[in-house]
Formats: sequence, structure tokens, C-alpha cells
Amino acid sequence: MQANVVEFESAKTGETVQAVYEHPWLVRFSHWLNAIALFVMVGSGLQIFRAFPSFGAKIPEKDLLQWPKAFAIGGWLGGALQWHLTFMWIYIATGVFYLAYQLFSGNYRQVLFVPRDLRGVWPMARHYFFFGPKPPTTEVYNPLQKLAYTSAIVLGVLSVLTGLAVWKPVQFSWLAWMMGGFHLARVWHFIVMWAILFFLLGHLVMVVLHGWKNFMSMLTGWKTDPEYTPR
Amino acid sequence: MDERKFKKINRRELLKVAPVIALGAFAIPSLREPLLKKGLAFNDWASGKLFRPGHPAPTFADSELTPFDKFPINDYDVDDPGVIFENWNLTVSGAVQKPGDYTLAQIRALPRKRQNTRHICVEGWDVIGRFGGTPLSEFLKLIGADPTARFVTVQCADDYYESLDMATAMHPQTLLCYEMYDQPLTREHGAPVRLTVPTKIGYKQAKYLTDLKVTHVLDRVGYWEDQGYSWFYGL
Repeated sequence: MQANVVEFESAKTGETVQAVYEHPWLVRFSHWLNAIALFVMVGSGLQIFRAFPSFGAKIPEKDLLQWPKAFAIGGWLGGALQWHLTFMWIYIATGVFYLAYQLFSGNYRQVLFVPRDLRGVWPMARHYFFFGPKPPTTEVYNPLQKLAYTSAIVLGVLSVLTGLAVWKPVQFSWLAWMMGGFHLARVWHFIVMWAILFFLLGHLVMVVLHGWKNFMSMLTGWKTDPEYTPR
Repeated sequence: MDERKFKKINRRELLKVAPVIALGAFAIPSLREPLLKKGLAFNDWASGKLFRPGHPAPTFADSELTPFDKFPINDYDVDDPGVIFENWNLTVSGAVQKPGDYTLAQIRALPRKRQNTRHICVEGWDVIGRFGGTPLSEFLKLIGADPTARFVTVQCADDYYESLDMATAMHPQTLLCYEMYDQPLTREHGAPVRLTVPTKIGYKQAKYLTDLKVTHVLDRVGYWEDQGYSWFYGL
């Protein structure tokens, strides 16, 4: 039995309960900071988009969509930029600390989707979406989770890179060039945001479905009575 | 392990995540504004550090230019503040050896530069325009600007005002612009002289210049900056 697995006797039932330490402090800390930063970045980003809700020419301007002000942060373009340009540092810092920690601690193995996880994706998807049998798992994250979280991390990196190209298309002209120029970088930045929101929707549905003790593990690190058999 | 000890460990781990709540300060109205102002100031500082004086903004082929009639006319007040060209001077003051009034002919006599650069508005749209004029650095040389001065501020005929850090003012692509698309500047685009700063956001490209001041201390920042927009806003 590993050091991150403990057993204790429940005072209520007298049964032996197993608990696994799933998320180290830095992972939990950066997760919640990043969650708040992402909320602000999306909200203020949509307010910024309201100033020119188009990806075409200014003359004539053809608006793509009028995003409702109620679902935006900052109130006006200048205010939204203050939020966006402040919280981008928190967003970037949490990402950098998270990635550095995962890399140097070796904890990335928990979440990184690797080719051998590939064959586990379909059985898990079948279980979630088509009520198939639950495949037995031994790891903190099942293959489908690894795929989702690895994608989310890649999208997070892309959101920063596309954002940097929009923020500094002269100093980071090579970044903007890679994205097809400033104009397209702005399009990519927008697309990456929707991809992240798509991930977030699935993430939140899963969090609700998996209940309280799963949610608590992202706060305390410990999950009691895990749904998998820890190795 | 007994349950009480496990719960104690859990509480301690929960407390270690608690500092995240500090971000709640942004939700308190009286703290929000100063915090965001600090955030914007930090952003400007970082932008200044990222600015490379010798790094040019991308330039474009003539075929990539936005047609002149599709180049937006943007101003905060009126398209044409009614500058009387015959009487026009650029009034120079501040930390310079030769203050006074400079005519358009004096500016046009300086080396001319034409460039196709991208104009990016803070709103998000962008156009590629052809701009001609003299590098601001040439004009600063002509007026004998103090090389240790830190800012260049301009005043406009429509009461707009702007300011640049000296590194940006000295950038080879920063122009005192008097031509667009090889034609004299039209009134709507800021005749007789405007700023073209391809390393900065659109609202820094002040039009209808009337005064230029070289300073050590930033006494006037800029019209949009005073409404809450970023001052440096380097691209």
C-alpha cells in the first residue's frame, strides 16, 4: 500500500474506510486560483468583444453576435481591459507554477494522456454516455479524464499564446505570424475560449454527477472511499 | 489511523487552500478600483520592459493595404476641428534647446519615410495603412530635445492630448505623419500633422497636432488614459 492511501475506522458505522491523497497542495491551489482567473478572463473578454463584435472589416462592420452585457465583466471596454490585463497575470502565473510543479515532481504522470491510455477511452465514454459497464480503474484519473484534462491544459497554453499575440503583435510578431497575423490571432483567441468553455461544461457536469467527496478532494486533497481501486 | 486524526489532516489541507479567498478583495467595491489600477500599472510596467527599441513593427506590401475609403475615421469629438492651415504651427516647448513655432515646411524638409503598417484599435479592429512623414526622432533632433528627457506629450486642435515614452518616441517607425496613401493628410485623418506609432495602440496616434512638449515628468497623460485606459499600451 502506498503512502498516499490511508484507512481509518468510521466512528458512525465502525467500518473501515479507505482514503486516497489525490491532489497535492500546489495543484489544488493553482486549480482554484486559475478557476477564478478564468472566470474573470472569459467575462471581461466577452465585454471587450462587445466593443467590436466582429472578425471582419470595420467598414462595413458586420456583427457576429451581440453578447448580452449581463454576462460580461467590466461594464465598458476600458473597465473590461483593466480586469483582463490584471487577471491575465494570475491566469499565466497559476499555469506556469502548475506546469512547473507537475513536471518537476513527476506528478504529471497522474494527468498526462499517453498513447497507452487510448484503448481505455472508448469503454469509459461508453460508460458515461451510453450507460455501459464501468471499466475497472486503478488510477486517480481514468483514460477519458486524462484525455479531457490534457486537452484542457493544452487549451490553456493556447489561450495564453493567442492572447500574447493579440496583446503584443509587434513584440511577439513571430507568435502573431504563426497564427496568420494579428487579425487571425484574435479569431484563434476567441475559438480557444469557446473550446475551454466546452471543456468546462463537461467538467462541471461530471463534478455534479460525482458528488461531494469527489468535489472535496480538490479542496483537501483527500478522497474517501474512492471509486477506483488504488494500486 | 482513527477518524479524528484523518479529519484533522483534512482541515489542515483545506486551510492551505484558503488564501485563494484573498482574490475576493476584487469583489469589494471600495478595493476594486485601486486594485485594478495597480494591475493596469503593473501591465504598463511589464509592457515597457517588453518593448525593444530596435524591433520594427511588421510592414506590408502595397497589395495588402486597406483601401483608403475603408480606413476608419476615429475621433472622440469632431471629424474636423477646423484647423486654419495658413496659420498652422507646431508649438514646441519643454526640455528642448530650440523652443518655438515650427511650420509644416520645416517638418517636410526633414527626411521623409513612407511605411505600410498595421493600425490596431483598442476595440479590436485593425487596418493596414500607408503613412508618410518624418521620424519623430528627426524632429526631436531639430528642436534639440534633451536626450535625458523621458516623455513627449502632444496637444491637438480638438483638445485631444496624448503622451509617449521617449523610447517609443525615438523608435524609427514613429512618425510625425503628414501623408496617407502618398497624399497630403486629409482633415478627417488629422491634417496637417498627426502621429503614427505602429508599436502602439490606435488611440496613441493623435491627430491635428498643435503643440509638442518634451518633459522629464509626465504632467498630462492622455485623453483615453484619463478615462481608465492603459497608458503604455505597446503592441
